Amino acid sequence: MNAHAETCLLTQAQLLDLSFMEHRAHLLAIAAFLDRLERAQGAADAAEDFRLGALRGALHELVSPEPGRVMRAQMRLSDQDLTLLDLRDSQSAYGAPQRGEGPHSLDSEAEQ
Amino acid sequence: MNYIDMHAHMVSRTTDDYHAMALSGCLAVTEPAFWSGRDRLGPEAFADYFDHLTTFEPARAREYGIAHYAWLCLNPKEGEDRELTRQVLKIIPEFLQRPTVLGIGEIGLNRVTRNEMATFLDHVELALEHHQLIHIHTPHLEDKYKGTRVMVEALAADTRIEPGRVMIDHAEEHTAELILSHGFWTGITLYPKTKASPARAIDMIELYGSERLIVASACDWGPSQPLAVPEFIFEARRRGHDEATIRKIVLDNPQRFLGQSPKFVPPQRETALAGR
Repeated sequence: MNAHAETCLLTQAQLLDLSFMEHRAHLLAIAAFLDRLERAQGAADAAEDFRLGALRGALHELVSPEPGRVMRAQMRLSDQDLTLLDLRDSQSAYGAPQRGEGPHSLDSEAEQ
Repeated sequence: MNYIDMHAHMVSRTTDDYHAMALSGCLAVTEPAFWSGRDRLGPEAFADYFDHLTTFEPARAREYGIAHYAWLCLNPKEGEDRELTRQVLKIIPEFLQRPTVLGIGEIGLNRVTRNEMATFLDHVELALEHHQLIHIHTPHLEDKYKGTRVMVEALAADTRIEPGRVMIDHAEEHTAELILSHGFWTGITLYPKTKASPARAIDMIELYGSERLIVASACDWGPSQPLAVPEFIFEARRRGHDEATIRKIVLDNPQRFLGQSPKFVPPQRETALAGR
């Protein structure tokens, strides 16, 4: 049973009326991005990119029938190794965990 | 609806933004110390910045009937430099005496390094020593879960910390419950791109309730929206929330948290404008 059932105040029909078009556009933007990647110069170069792997893993969560999709997608895109870095490696983050690093790497989960 | 923007880097914004915020019901902003886009060259640069935050900005905001408060620290983006940290920590106490400074912030982590953690803990000590409220930045993107976990666990293990005097900001779906379950206040910062949207903030409020939860624009020099809180109000109404609930998030909760500082005066637009 969904512990958060009916916490949203609107009906499903009202939610669709309110925001279907916006999310339809978001969906098509992701689909177009994945197609664009395939059409890019040297397309196979990014096949093992950690960001793309995490994105594909997160996309699996979107089609899951179980609630909690955004939480699981967030975790797919998160570094779950709590070990502190010895030194700062860069000023900015990448948006996805580097693969193969740390005991809680997402390597083993991303392609499920 | 009147509101308080708990997190706005107004140094980076134009006076037109104060104007727009005043027109949309903003009564007060609190401005945490921030990274300028490049590392500052020494403690004098921080002293100049702290002076700016506590003189020029309150005066500029006052022209629009908006109360301006500040939080002071060395930002997490610069926390890797331990020597610079030691120098800046020495000059912060004199600025804490200024009438619009509410506490230490936004301290926290960026890439979650040993040095950043040491700098974070130094700032916590400074806040405890001077009985200041604490405003905490959590990393964005893939570091958020990790950074939030290590800071929450460190603070929870320190019996001197009163969780109700600590705001842990930039919460998202995978960190909000962790923060709230330990008794801290949390903030959801609203961005036009890349981070939490008004719709997702409302989702989190529906899931976790409205206690100890605040929303803010976190507007700065990057892609951001100084009217993000009014956008949240608009979206919350569309989602069926009543005025009392929305007011609690955007006005009552900020006043409850900030009211723990004796320097915070609950803002009244009429009073602010009359004081010009």
